[in-house]
Amino acid sequence: MAKKIKLDDKTQAFQKLVEDLCGQNTAKCDQCGTCSGGCPFVEDMDITPAELMRKVMLGQEDVLESETMWICATCNTCTVRCPRKLDVSKIAEALRQIRLRNEIDQLDIGKISREEIKELPQIALIAALRKLSS
Amino acid sequence: MGEKKIGVFLCQCGGNISKTIDLDAVSQYVETREDVDVVKIHSNMCSGAGQKMIIEEAKEKGLNRIVIASCSPHFHEKTFKGTMEKAGLNPFVLELVNLREHCSWAHKDQPEIATEKAKDLVNAGVNKVREDYELAKKKIQMGNRVLVIGGGIAGIQAALDLADTGNQVYLVEKEPTIGGKMAILTKTFPTEDCSACIISPKMAAAQDHPNITLLTNSEIVRTVGHRLLFDITVEKKPRYIKPEIDMDQCLICEQCVQECPVSAPNKWEQGIMQRKAIYIPAALAIPFNYLIDDTVCLHFKDGSCNKCETVCPQQVIDFSQKPERIQFIVDSIIVATGYDSVEPSEKPMFGYDKFQNVVTGLEMERIVDHITENPPPRPVGKRIAFIQCVGSRDEQIGREYCSRVCCMYSVKLASLLKQAKPDKDIYIFYTDLRAFGKGFEEYYKRAQDLGIKFIRGKAAELYENHENKKVVLKAEDTLSRQIIESEFDLVVLAMGLKPNDSTEKIVNFLKLTKSSDGFLQEAHPKYKPVDTNIEGVFICGTAQGPKDIPDTVAQASAAAARVMVTLAQKEFDVDPQLAFVHTDICDGCQKCINACPKNAIVMKDGKAEVVEALCIGCGACIAACPVEALDFHNSTNLQMYRTVDGILEEKNPEENRLVIFADNTCTYRVADALGIRKMKYDIDARIIRVPSSARITTNLIVHAVKMGADAVVLGDCPAASSQFPWSREVAEKSIAAAAAILENEGIEGKRIYFEEFTAGDLVKFTTLVNGLGAQVKQFTRITEQQRKDI
Ligand SMILES: Cc1cc2nc3c(=O)[nH]c(=O)nc-3n(C[C@H](O)[C@H](O)[C@H](O)COP(=O)(O)OP(=O)(O)OC[C@H]3O[C@@H](n4cnc5c(N)ncnc54)[C@H](O)[C@@H]3O)c2cc1C
Ligand code: SF4
Ligand code: SF4
Ligand code: SF4
Ligand code: SF4
Repeated sequence: MAKKIKLDDKTQAFQKLVEDLCGQNTAKCDQCGTCSGGCPFVEDMDITPAELMRKVMLGQEDVLESETMWICATCNTCTVRCPRKLDVSKIAEALRQIRLRNEIDQLDIGKISREEIKELPQIALIAALRKLSS
Repeated sequence: MGEKKIGVFLCQCGGNISKTIDLDAVSQYVETREDVDVVKIHSNMCSGAGQKMIIEEAKEKGLNRIVIASCSPHFHEKTFKGTMEKAGLNPFVLELVNLREHCSWAHKDQPEIATEKAKDLVNAGVNKVREDYELAKKKIQMGNRVLVIGGGIAGIQAALDLADTGNQVYLVEKEPTIGGKMAILTKTFPTEDCSACIISPKMAAAQDHPNITLLTNSEIVRTVGHRLLFDITVEKKPRYIKPEIDMDQCLICEQCVQECPVSAPNKWEQGIMQRKAIYIPAALAIPFNYLIDDTVCLHFKDGSCNKCETVCPQQVIDFSQKPERIQFIVDSIIVATGYDSVEPSEKPMFGYDKFQNVVTGLEMERIVDHITENPPPRPVGKRIAFIQCVGSRDEQIGREYCSRVCCMYSVKLASLLKQAKPDKDIYIFYTDLRAFGKGFEEYYKRAQDLGIKFIRGKAAELYENHENKKVVLKAEDTLSRQIIESEFDLVVLAMGLKPNDSTEKIVNFLKLTKSSDGFLQEAHPKYKPVDTNIEGVFICGTAQGPKDIPDTVAQASAAAARVMVTLAQKEFDVDPQLAFVHTDICDGCQKCINACPKNAIVMKDGKAEVVEALCIGCGACIAACPVEALDFHNSTNLQMYRTVDGILEEKNPEENRLVIFADNTCTYRVADALGIRKMKYDIDARIIRVPSSARITTNLIVHAVKMGADAVVLGDCPAASSQFPWSREVAEKSIAAAAAILENEGIEGKRIYFEEFTAGDLVKFTTLVNGLGAQVKQFTRITEQQRKDI
């Protein structure tokens, strides 16, 4: 069944919360998909960076359940390419902050095996461990 | 004029002035001034009755100078000049004093001080009018000679319209053939008519028209003048082929081409084919003639070849040809210099320079044009992708605008290819598909019917499969939220349009302005879409902004019509408020010659002389003259000094005065607008209307301080929108020199500066004036002795 979106004060408030944290105006997004097409990690994400942008603009809080912001390595490929000069990775960062401030950790480092740690790109680990986050 | 008899007319403006300013007090004060014969108050000076009073008083009392103190001259200057004529007086012995916008409205809550300020303003007007003298409007005859720069479809259309209506047209094209980009296109959207077939007859007509002088391979190297009289110099590059003389002309026998050993990319074919060093630019070239490309020809490289010369049966090859200069006068100019495709190197992620199967839209025009040849010169493979908005709508490269034609040309190229080769698998990656013109949406729908697949997502990057040289494209299909990563045989970059580099020179020659996207700026986006800020210069086509052929042609005809309207006047008035020379003072030092940006000063009998048809009245030369020999009608040095004296005469030593020399176009209007909105600012400000800040000399600034000014501001329009963009530079030099003189006497140089205003900078103006007022109070007061000494 197709999902229904209701646009109300709540969705607006969530958009504002994210925007206040990252200083970006998500309404600017053209939804051109440049960010997604160039993202080196997009295949590991459940929603694309552009979809993440869309969800924030429409104030869809379920974006917080998505893996994408944790997969994002803040490589900034999207940011330097976005034709609207949006800092996409900052928006991912804002979403991480919202989670972390609710004391929800995405990753329990103790639960990762040594082999996995060896295999994982370092930047992915750092990203997952609240990179840049307050 | 004999005895000076001044009439002063004070307007109540239905209370707008008189409710704040005590006009009786002003009247009593002004009656005491020298040469003032009559002072009258009226409720509405601009009304029929008010004007009648002025006319009657003037005639009865034999007044020969009039001061009207009422609203801003921007409202009623024309009205009152008319009144002067009816009174049998010259309109230039009139002074308008702005008591409403600059005094009663701005200082509504300080009626007493406003009344004192009003006295100062009227006194300045009286002082000025005393030195006024009669000026006559000059008439200059116009011809019907028009220069059209750029021989694309815009230039050709404008030239033909003008030539057909009997005007003499010079059509100057920098390339060896006219036709521009349109001649390169295969077919045109949305009708798919053959581009060459519709432009060729027009190109030929331009060449054959008795009223058109066609100059190809030529560029403008100098323009002197402005306003309906331009002296143009064109440099024509050599073709190295003797011009047609009787029977000795080139037979187009092609023997030279067969002999020429050099091969170079054919620019007209967008490099998909080669040509020789001696070549005809294109099959539809006009003029249809050979030329030698001296950048690749071996004869010019090292002298090692002259094969074409040897083989030519007509002996028309001439390596000795030099660039030729041609000079002529025109009355009007149309700039139709077109556009360039954005450089693919601006978007390196698409690898245009590295990957052999990535091409631009213009290249694809030529590829599709030859696609039915067997084999085609540039095969395309089976799977083809178009990427939209490359170099447009992209803030990363500072091109925010939509190029308006690339959506439709991609739809067109895809459709043409699909119709010629139905087996092709074609995709168009877009962000928004813009099909706004007549027949465009239908054309887009037909492309879908043909099976072309539109994917809503802009490609992010390309990389090459090194083995098969295919191009891998990565994009998000934003509708299905999936990532596409697929190989294509050919990727076409729908490059946007950008302002043409060679337009830049023309902009500099003619002092045109550009809009924020870099294209030429029209005088008004709605009412004057093809006029420019320079009288007699018009623009059309893609030089003004991205557009398709129908819009280009419409604009070209509009520009031609505007030229006709202008030339139909036959003669034009020159505002007599221009620079002139006191020949008795001029010592012939020539310092003014280079100071004039319009080259309007010439030397005659060892003295400078201003060519009135060329002078635009910026005043820049005045500051350059070391002996005050250069002067400005209706703002003479004497008139300026006396105005300053009048405005400062009644100042008490414990008061402050901020003298603001406000250019008539921007700064003066800001103060008007402030008055209209009843926005107040420091009442110590005294605003003096001047033609431009460039006209204010060092001596005048120093004089103002001497007479009591505590700060002096020179306000002018921002260079980008100014009719005299060089004003600031000139003004700042005068300011620096004046500041040095003041510093010498221990007076802060900071008291004088330049400021830019647009007519809407209301808050900027009040902030500045109030800040200055406060700042002046911080400085130690300038002593009478200091003022005397400077
Ligand atoms: C790939 C592509 C496909 C297109 N397809 C279509 C289509 O199908 N239908 C359509 O309606 N439009 C199409 N267009 C748009 C079309 O090309 C333009 O609308 C049209 O060519 C504009 O004509 P113009 O005369 O303004 O400019 P131009 O064609 O650029 O002509 C300007 C001329 O001025 C000359 N010039 C420049 N500077 C100087 C100088 N300083 N001195 C002397 N000469 C100078 C240039 O050499 C040139 O000849 C397409 C554009 C592109 C890029
Ligand atoms: S690149 Fe920028 S404009 Fe395009 S979808 Fe991503 S965030 Fe939006
Ligand atoms: S910053 Fe994050 S979303 Fe952007 S390209 Fe890099 S990994 Fe992808
Ligand atoms: S002289 Fe130049 S143009 Fe002539 S044949 Fe030799 S290379 Fe070609
Ligand atoms: S016309 Fe189409 S492809 Fe060109 S810039 Fe505009 S939206 Fe992009």
